[in-house]
Amino acid sequence: MATLFRKVWDHHVVTARGDGNVLLYIDRHLVHEVTSPQAFEGLRLAGRPVRRPGAILAVPDHNVPTTPDRSAGIDDRESREQIEALRRNAFGSGIPLYDISDPRQGIVHIIGPEAGLVQPGITVVCGDSHTGTLGAFGAIAFGIGTSEVEHVLASQALWQKMPRQMRVTVHGELPALVTPKDVILAVIAKIGAAGGTGFAIEFAGDTIRRMSMEGRMTVCNMTIEAGARFGLIAPDEVTFAYLSGRPLAPPPDQWDAAVTHWKGLPSDADAAWDREVALSASSLEPHVTWGTSPQDALPVGGAVPDPAAQADPGEQARVRRALEYMGLSPGTRLTDIPVDKVFIGSCTNARIEDLRAAAAVARGRKVAAGVTALVVPGSGLVKRQAEEEGLDRAFLDAGFQWRLPGCSMCLGMNPDRLQPGERCASTSNRNFEGRQGPGGRTHLMSPPMAAAAAIAGRIADVREVAR
Amino acid sequence: MREKFTSLSTVGVPLDRRNVDTDAIIPARYLKTVKRTGLGEGLFFAWRYDEGGKERPDFPLNRPSFRGGQVLVAGENFGCGSSREHAVWALMDAGFRAVIAPSFSDIFHNNCLKNGILPVTLPAAAVRSLLSSLLAAPGGKVGIDLEGQVVRGPGGDVHPFRIDPFAKRCLLEGLDEIALTLSGAAEIDRYERERKKVTPWLFRDITG
Repeated sequence: MATLFRKVWDHHVVTARGDGNVLLYIDRHLVHEVTSPQAFEGLRLAGRPVRRPGAILAVPDHNVPTTPDRSAGIDDRESREQIEALRRNAFGSGIPLYDISDPRQGIVHIIGPEAGLVQPGITVVCGDSHTGTLGAFGAIAFGIGTSEVEHVLASQALWQKMPRQMRVTVHGELPALVTPKDVILAVIAKIGAAGGTGFAIEFAGDTIRRMSMEGRMTVCNMTIEAGARFGLIAPDEVTFAYLSGRPLAPPPDQWDAAVTHWKGLPSDADAAWDREVALSASSLEPHVTWGTSPQDALPVGGAVPDPAAQADPGEQARVRRALEYMGLSPGTRLTDIPVDKVFIGSCTNARIEDLRAAAAVARGRKVAAGVTALVVPGSGLVKRQAEEEGLDRAFLDAGFQWRLPGCSMCLGMNPDRLQPGERCASTSNRNFEGRQGPGGRTHLMSPPMAAAAAIAGRIADVREVAR
Repeated sequence: MREKFTSLSTVGVPLDRRNVDTDAIIPARYLKTVKRTGLGEGLFFAWRYDEGGKERPDFPLNRPSFRGGQVLVAGENFGCGSSREHAVWALMDAGFRAVIAPSFSDIFHNNCLKNGILPVTLPAAAVRSLLSSLLAAPGGKVGIDLEGQVVRGPGGDVHPFRIDPFAKRCLLEGLDEIALTLSGAAEIDRYERERKKVTPWLFRDITG
């Protein structure tokens, strides 16, 4: 009668303190350049070594330019220094690093699965809130702060309290051109940006079971946008097939034992849930956000809401503020909102399936005049595969830019960012004020919807653009 | 490094907004530092300054009566979004030692505790009353007594709060949590030895 989360949790308890806090062993630790320098500095100041360098993988992703000239060096002094610090810290501690020139370099949440190091039943952390992505493998995967990064580097463990358990069940066949991104946007809209606070969310149901690992990662990626640090999906044959043959997957002589272990992990039928939520996928429409919180998502056929129609005064104030920031008026149809930029990328939507879905819309069409559209593959391996499939040509012929891997315009730490007032159709995960650049305005949507926006020059229903 | 927190009584700074995300607390361009200090200048940057870099006079942190306040009072879901601990470092660098809100994001809440900033969760009605009194009479003081687990509002109103007992002890004593954990390293060694027999594939080194 245990949940998947509980089973994995119990396997990792080193010791319990009796007050609900347990010391949880961490199997894998991913490290990037932005949230780790202060942790390594803390270790140095205290004279502490890294306990298990072989359990860690480091990669620069947030600061890296995505233009071809990046091999010649990084102009921005601070970005360069942060990446150099990551190199020094990795080499100095014996931590493996996928450096900028490595064909496996990419967004931290994308490269871990590609390497096969994210597996069912593990605990994995990273100083990054989107680490929940990796829960798609049936793992306890969560984002932590830099102090906790330091704690894991020193001890390979973390003090944690068991979160409450929520199950989100999604049933039904997704209609054409409706994607896992639309599923998670609808879930966040339903439970709210704080609906998952204090919870681990397991996604279940036949819709989830039919999703590829790529789609499942998109769903788990945005659980943090509903407030939950953890998103999980039970491992199954899809998971095992994804892992089989990857460099860091269990070796052949341990594979069968691993699969047997993994098959025992899914939540028991009589597991108890603190909260249950259900969603029907069969009538789901492509979703788009209009405001400055990921919960502000609506079906693309909808209109910008009226603050006055909100019952709660606090919500009225929030919506009014959001519309002012976004430069939108109540009642405007979402499909009447013009865009300046389009960003297809990020840890949410820069895997091969995302690029295939966007390229299918872009192929044979043209980016609207005045619109700048970027496609940023999530990793060097995604980029290579996309090029082998000719997706780069489809994008380039349509007028999209084809870039090198990194976090890019999801948060604009590298030169890819919005100018004040610019409006962007983005496949990323956050539409916060200034997220993609100071004064920038973000509308979150799926890869095919973003491609459709690039072509229409405004937010558009991909089902009409791709007809 | 965790600073001790025992009690304080200081001007309360009202930030009457919900879902204040960590991008708003400290924008991404300030994350390029490799230090924990000096982040105060970026705190709430887009809300504190206009496009020309001039202070927006109506933003609470810029109003003379709220300057020097060490307790921030805010709306639901404070600190949502990115895990960036820089958000906490920026608050500390600007002099804040506590945040009072009806709810916090989980990661931000943890990050506060690790640094000696006290996140106080109070019922929405209590926070609403604090916000109202601070906005009605700017400069009002908010007292927090961690040992006694109470907040005292400017009108003498008293609001008890709950906190995890271990987190409380860490804050009161300014404990080094890593040192505490490492004092039990033998337990971690034992766990690894036993677990290696059950899931040996998780103990292979990652290769570069």
